[in-house]
Amino acid sequence: GQPLGVLDGIPVAVKDNFNTAGIETTCASNMLKGYISPYNATVVQKLLDQGAVLLGKTNLDEFAMGSGSTDGVFGPVRNPWSYSRQYKEKNPPKSHSENEDSEWVITGGSSGGSAAAVSSFTCFAALGSDTGGSTRNPAAHCGVVGLKPTYGLISRHGLIPLVNSMDVPGILTRCVDDAAVVLGLLAGHDPKDSTTIQDTFKPFELPDSIDIRKLCIGIPKEYQVPGLSSEIQALWSEVAELFKDAGAKVIEVSLPHTPYSIVCYHVLCTAEVASNMARFDGLEYGHRADMKQSTESMYAATRREGFNDVVRGRILAGNYFLLKENYENYFVKAQKVRRLIANDFVKVFGSAVDILLTPTTLSDAAPYVEFIKEDNRTRSAQDDILTQAANMAGLPAISVPAALSKRGLPLGLQFIGRSFQEKQLLSVAKWFEKQVKFPVIQLEDMKRHDCSVFQHQKSVSSL
Amino acid sequence: LATWVPVVGLEIHAQINSNSKLFSGSQVQFAAPPNSLVSFFDASLPGTLPVLNRRCVEAAVMTGLALNCSINKKSLFDRKHYFYADLPAGYQITQQRVPIAVNGNLSYSLCIDNKMSQMVTKTVRIKQIQLEQDSGKSLHDDARSQTLVDLNRAGVGLMEVVMEPDMCCGEEAAAAVRELQLILQTLGSSQAIMAEGQLRVDANVSVHHPGEPYGVRTEVKNINSVRFLAKAVDYEIRRQIEELENGGTILNETRAFDSKLGCTISMRDKEGKQDYRFMPEPNLPPLILYDAKSLPANMNHQQVVNIDWIRERLPDLPSVKRAKLVELYGILPEHSFTLLNEDGLAEYFENVIKHTQMKPKKVIGWILNDLLSYLKEHALAVKDSPVSSFLLADLLNLLERREISSSAAKQVFEELWKGEGKTPLEIVKEKQLELLRDQEELEQICQAVIDRQEDEVGVGTFG
Repeated sequence: GQPLGVLDGIPVAVKDNFNTAGIETTCASNMLKGYISPYNATVVQKLLDQGAVLLGKTNLDEFAMGSGSTDGVFGPVRNPWSYSRQYKEKNPPKSHSENEDSEWVITGGSSGGSAAAVSSFTCFAALGSDTGGSTRNPAAHCGVVGLKPTYGLISRHGLIPLVNSMDVPGILTRCVDDAAVVLGLLAGHDPKDSTTIQDTFKPFELPDSIDIRKLCIGIPKEYQVPGLSSEIQALWSEVAELFKDAGAKVIEVSLPHTPYSIVCYHVLCTAEVASNMARFDGLEYGHRADMKQSTESMYAATRREGFNDVVRGRILAGNYFLLKENYENYFVKAQKVRRLIANDFVKVFGSAVDILLTPTTLSDAAPYVEFIKEDNRTRSAQDDILTQAANMAGLPAISVPAALSKRGLPLGLQFIGRSFQEKQLLSVAKWFEKQVKFPVIQLEDMKRHDCSVFQHQKSVSSL
Repeated sequence: LATWVPVVGLEIHAQINSNSKLFSGSQVQFAAPPNSLVSFFDASLPGTLPVLNRRCVEAAVMTGLALNCSINKKSLFDRKHYFYADLPAGYQITQQRVPIAVNGNLSYSLCIDNKMSQMVTKTVRIKQIQLEQDSGKSLHDDARSQTLVDLNRAGVGLMEVVMEPDMCCGEEAAAAVRELQLILQTLGSSQAIMAEGQLRVDANVSVHHPGEPYGVRTEVKNINSVRFLAKAVDYEIRRQIEELENGGTILNETRAFDSKLGCTISMRDKEGKQDYRFMPEPNLPPLILYDAKSLPANMNHQQVVNIDWIRERLPDLPSVKRAKLVELYGILPEHSFTLLNEDGLAEYFENVIKHTQMKPKKVIGWILNDLLSYLKEHALAVKDSPVSSFLLADLLNLLERREISSSAAKQVFEELWKGEGKTPLEIVKEKQLELLRDQEELEQICQAVIDRQEDEVGVGTFG
């Protein structure tokens, strides 16, 4: 017969906060354990219509709240690179008695399961979501491509929301060409999502070469944050030089309101969370506590049992910010600051800068035992700092694997583009990908009978 | 005795007459089996998004225009949060910041001292009209200590019409609501039948001394008819006056009207003031409406809502219809009110006029005195009248041509009411009700009567 589409027969994975008809959709929360969704998210439907094979739902931080994929009800996600030869060579166990397993590193989050699935060759592409960096962060830590599209380009219908005004479905693939293919299949107006733009989307193929000399790359100085590791710092400068040497114009730019974005995000995010989680009351679906005294007591028990501390903390904070006496000072203020942050980008992109180049994360992936020494809120505030502003402004951004760290773990760099200019963004990303030739993960116990299978050059569309 | 000035404002919720709900495609239908008209969105399943129903917007614009409001070309949607079993999402989508229409007015008429001949026109200001979702229904089963929730009504479109406190008593409130009902029914934007919950009225009542600031107001709910509205308002005014004259105070509370007892009762289940934590609805962009001036050249009226297009197609409002009836037929203003007050009566009247030679000023008497009183006595609607307008016209023609006397006509009418299918002429012949005009025939009858009398009494003494 005829292939259904480009993805016919291609295995894909979907983050467990997307609705999949007839398949459990949990958001890694007790609240939705056992919840069988009756419908497919639009993006899931589009993949299935193309003939993609859904291998499974991937693990995440509960309700996508977190930057490590460590706080879900099914436990933490392990970064496949923890088991790579590259990492093991640089981190030999200190003694034979030491548990070999204690040095494994996190994937980053919250779409850690999706990133791990792509990274470990279990599928060709995976869907994640990105609200503050949740697709780009794990992409960087797992050595895969993570694309955050422009807000309004891809339908959110069926994506269980974290922050409705910032969420986007994210795309995780092994190479930039694959990301472009998947984007082409998913983008476009959805009548079921009133926040998608009406314009017809034209899928594109990425050119094999572009004229770098026509490009102006901006290096935002505010992204030079204190916690940035020297490795990433050096890599960033190196790559800036790379572009310069190739003939691009590379200039320093300023996005002055960047330092406020984390605080602003916390107010707006928690407020929306408080609102979005109000529907989980045990009445219509999901977990219901065995409490029959009164409706109120049933609500309270259900929500205490169903949500983890992170979710409950955000709900409480969000409700506080939405109180009548606080609304102006917090919510409205944050919206105004958000406008300023977005305007920073408008100004910079209006001044002939085409693409911004920044790091994606502060460092390579931390060992799990180190990561959990700080709480979710602290970690999120630290880790979102480089990715969050793009969500504030609704801009497209992509993390591309750039090099391995001293510890043998992936380091990614981020490109941020103009609204709805994914073609330009991905073209630049593809050019960059070709220059760096990021090494393939060498997972032990994998029979390497055919080297060519693992080469990045081979993309989904050429199979 | 000090005089008191009562102040009455109204909050009216009118269910929009549309095929589907405000933000989802499920059907709108009265008295359907429980939970049979509930879409995934209505049940607040995670990941579902609202999609605005165009017909509901048009209904609100029509209503706003009919009430002389300014239509806001840009209006916004907000979330109003509270937990209740019949509100699945934990919030209602409404328009709190910028509603669709503002600053209108409604004129209504009252009879002074119950004399129909003395009608006075009053005006009440319309503060605003906003679009919002209806909630589901909860049925409390105290016997089994449970609440049954039916979500059929959840998400149905409502227009909330806020009337400023320009009214002073139950009669005014009732007259204003009655006029609003007629307008809504004429527009078709709502069927506005209070008994079916399509029109719900809450009254805000307070009293104060002239020249002093307004008193504390109470909100009166659970009013199921226009008649009960007048009763509830008047009771509450009396209650407040009595309370204050006895040295008491009025609490700013919600009270329920008990129609059996004819009084208002405090609803003490609300502890303190609710903070609804209003937040903009992030899934709905601002609602943009156009008029002839602002309509972009390449858009046709099917793609957008055009205020001028709607305005041009508004039907004659009740006030215009009444004026036309008075002008066309020379009837009294109070007659026109009665004609419009009964569903179908004006059409009935006009049809009789069409088919009879009798002057409208005489026809109206038959309509309002005879037909209407029979209908009321048998609790029938005009459309169920056993006497059709054609039959009545036939009867009136007999009268007009002096073929029968007016007392005979009333007899025929009574006979027609039995609905046995006979025509007026048939009844007249049957009962020998013809007016005699033949002199000779008359003399013969008189002679016969006299002869009969002589037989009975003996010697006649007629001179």
